[in-house]
Amino acid sequence: MIMDCSESLMLQTTSRRALLLGGASFAAWAYLPKFARAADGRDPRFVTIILRGALDGLATVAPIGDPDYAGLHGAIALKADGPNAAVMLDPFFGLHPAMPEFARMYRAKQAAVVHAVATSYRDRSHFDGQDVLESGFPGPGRVQSGWLNRALEALPKGERVTSALAVGPTTPLVLRGAAPTVGWAPTALPQAADDTAMRLLDLYQHRDPTLASALTQGLQLEKQAQGNEMKPPPGGGGVAAMRLVARGAAKLMAADDGPRIGALAFDGWDTHANEGGPVGRLAQLLGGLDGALAEFQSGLGARWRDTVIVVATEFGRTARINGTEGTDHGTGTIALLAGGAVNGGRMITDWPGLKPANLYQARDLAPTADLRAVIKGVLHDQFGLGERVLADAVFPDSAPVKPMKGLVA
Amino acid sequence: MARDSQAALVALNRFGFGARGGAAGDFINAASDPRGFVLADLMRPNGALLEVPGLLSTPELGKQVFDYQFEIQQARNAAKAAQQGASETPPQGSDAKPQPRRNLSLSTAAKEIAGKDPAMQPQAADSANATMTPSATMQPPTMQTVAGPPKPPAQPLNIIQKTFRAEALARLQRGVVADCGFVERLVVFWSNHFCISANKGALARMWAGSFEREAIRPHVLGRFGDMLKTVEQHPAMLFFLDNQQSLGPESRAGINRNRGLNENLAREIMELHTLGVGGGYTQDDVTSLARVITGWTFAGRRGQLGAPGSFVFNANAHQPGPQQVLGKTYAQAGLAQGEAVLSDIARHPSTAKFIATKFARHFVADDPPPALVAKLQDTFTRTDGDLRALATALVQSNEAWQAPLTKMRSPYEFLLASGRLLARNPEDPGRYLNGLNVLGQPLWSPAGPNGFPDTAAAWAAPEGIKLRLDISAQLGSQLADRFDPRDLLELIAADAASAETRRTIERAESRQQALALLLMSPEFQRR
Repeated sequence: MIMDCSESLMLQTTSRRALLLGGASFAAWAYLPKFARAADGRDPRFVTIILRGALDGLATVAPIGDPDYAGLHGAIALKADGPNAAVMLDPFFGLHPAMPEFARMYRAKQAAVVHAVATSYRDRSHFDGQDVLESGFPGPGRVQSGWLNRALEALPKGERVTSALAVGPTTPLVLRGAAPTVGWAPTALPQAADDTAMRLLDLYQHRDPTLASALTQGLQLEKQAQGNEMKPPPGGGGVAAMRLVARGAAKLMAADDGPRIGALAFDGWDTHANEGGPVGRLAQLLGGLDGALAEFQSGLGARWRDTVIVVATEFGRTARINGTEGTDHGTGTIALLAGGAVNGGRMITDWPGLKPANLYQARDLAPTADLRAVIKGVLHDQFGLGERVLADAVFPDSAPVKPMKGLVA
Repeated sequence: MARDSQAALVALNRFGFGARGGAAGDFINAASDPRGFVLADLMRPNGALLEVPGLLSTPELGKQVFDYQFEIQQARNAAKAAQQGASETPPQGSDAKPQPRRNLSLSTAAKEIAGKDPAMQPQAADSANATMTPSATMQPPTMQTVAGPPKPPAQPLNIIQKTFRAEALARLQRGVVADCGFVERLVVFWSNHFCISANKGALARMWAGSFEREAIRPHVLGRFGDMLKTVEQHPAMLFFLDNQQSLGPESRAGINRNRGLNENLAREIMELHTLGVGGGYTQDDVTSLARVITGWTFAGRRGQLGAPGSFVFNANAHQPGPQQVLGKTYAQAGLAQGEAVLSDIARHPSTAKFIATKFARHFVADDPPPALVAKLQDTFTRTDGDLRALATALVQSNEAWQAPLTKMRSPYEFLLASGRLLARNPEDPGRYLNGLNVLGQPLWSPAGPNGFPDTAAAWAAPEGIKLRLDISAQLGSQLADRFDPRDLLELIAADAASAETRRTIERAESRQQALALLLMSPEFQRR
């Protein structure tokens, strides 16, 4: 039988996979902003990394000096000494050991932590929480633009960037809106996140044993096939994919005609069960994030000194771990700042304490800072956006939330 | 009016192509009158026909492909001649070179599409570049170290590829917009029952769509005997099962060329199209039928027997004399002999049983309720193979509504249901074609004449499920922010959704993840 295959290859497993691509993506502004450049030739870069699923701030930058912390975080609490000890950023706070790059930046005064921070959202739905985080509006509700895009609209538009656009997952909401953007995604396939697969498996185990068994085997086959392929292994949405996307984004943004402002989104932070402490699931994810930050530093080269990266998440997690050694949806958490332009080496927090009376609704780290203040401060310092624009257009109805001062060196 | 959500799920998934997104209200309509919702699909006049501007008839397509192949041959000959004439230097450049038939790899195809895709233009905001599977990435030139070297640009599609894509697109678009989709499901069923494979060669690929439009669709709600005759006389089927090569040993052509029978088509008519394995036929019956249908062929490029690409009866190739098939002697001359045999086989009790079983197995369960099969068999026999009556009997039977949803959606049903729910009216078939290739159901290209498998186990295979999950995750990452997953769950299952599914979707860590889980939920995968 003569095979005339133009679109009908009966493909092997591996080549069938090679057809797919996706995963974490990077999107950026399609234009070079015309910055009124200072005499020192500053050429600012700004990146926001959205962590979807709600990052456990208490597990990432742990208040080891707080007498109530160890009891609340139990088996997964970080410790100041012993094997896999946290990296103490100051006598009170310890950084997760999976983040040596961030620790190095912090010591070099190129990274800072804002703790006990939250958006204005106070419920516990991921969907609505992410809408608020990315839209910049005070409350939930479907909108079609994000705060970063509206910030771009306030910037003077310069040359179009020449970098090509790639087909890939869509632009995160934070960067969607009227200002045109470009996107890029790596061609390697980070497959469906392990977390998604596990949730599906759980559903099948309750509702459909046949599909549960098929999926279990499918996931095993997958692991066997990982062997020699040049692609990120699956795991937490592709820990390697985080590095890969960051590397590509940094390369684009380092170019003289590349975008100056970009956004990334990483999934997989919803650690309800088996969160792990110094090692385990969250540790893997944090390692991926740490790797991404390192890729930005090396990829941006000389431009790193003009760069600010803001890492933010929709809300925090419960102070006390649950019965499955994970944490549930909470409120206060951390935001990370990294980049050569950051006025770093600082823990920025009005620490609320972890006594039952100090917890929000007796369960969550209480928020003492508004995430909008952090972002407004960075946008003001990096791009000279005025307080009025920030309060009306970028973060509507946020006039009472004053931009945080001194975040950029 | 009472609403029956469980029956709505059966109506939409077992019989149809799934609920459409937006304001179609499919679930509510199906819940208020489940049977009426499905049967209404059968009532639209000519509802099974697919007439789209630009889609040509089989002879017109045949002429195009003959001419295309002829040009290639001419170019080859010219190149050969030039090469033999040249002294030492091989020909330079590509002017003298033919364009051999290319194997367009999927990723190249995807890139070729992507190049014309509006989604490839820088865009504001809500990009329209979501895919049923992702297409290849255009890398920024500076990205090569990250993502490997860029691929060379794809060559333009040839006439065969263009035709295949246009036919595929017409079928997909009809599937996405259809109200319930029951008639389209019937088309897919019968098309797979009487399958050809586009992989057989250029003609099969060129004719895959027109075969379905001409031989299957007009009879999906008509008579089985008419469909059988049209199918077996269609050039695509004659080419697929080699009947144009079959010569009666005592026919003029057979004697001249000292060649004889090819039993391929005759065997499949009995084994796969009508009586079924164990249907009471013998090898002698197959051979006799093969003799009977010698001379059933199609005209070639030069059109000596008729219009190029049209069905013709070639008396010179036909085995003369009477033949005995299934104990009956057929003494008719020429074409009438074979038509008489087909007409009888279509009415054979084994055929009624085989079709009834397969029909029930496809829609209801791998092991369908015997009472249902008996009912369908009786309907088929009583109405002389009236396929509208057969479909109606299925929908009117209680068994078809009471059987638990144990079947899996095939890859085609899954991708189409996703497209309907997410309101992705396809403008480019590439996304779906790639998805079908990845999931092991390449359009109109089954591995053998028995078509794609039709059991739950075949589509619930480990690798397949994992690939569905990957595709669902990608759809999630591309499209989720346009929807609230909780609303989508209402559209597809409402209160027929299990508490576990509802909870899984509500607790997902992002809209993206929620949509992936929704598309993979038993409510969306089972039918």
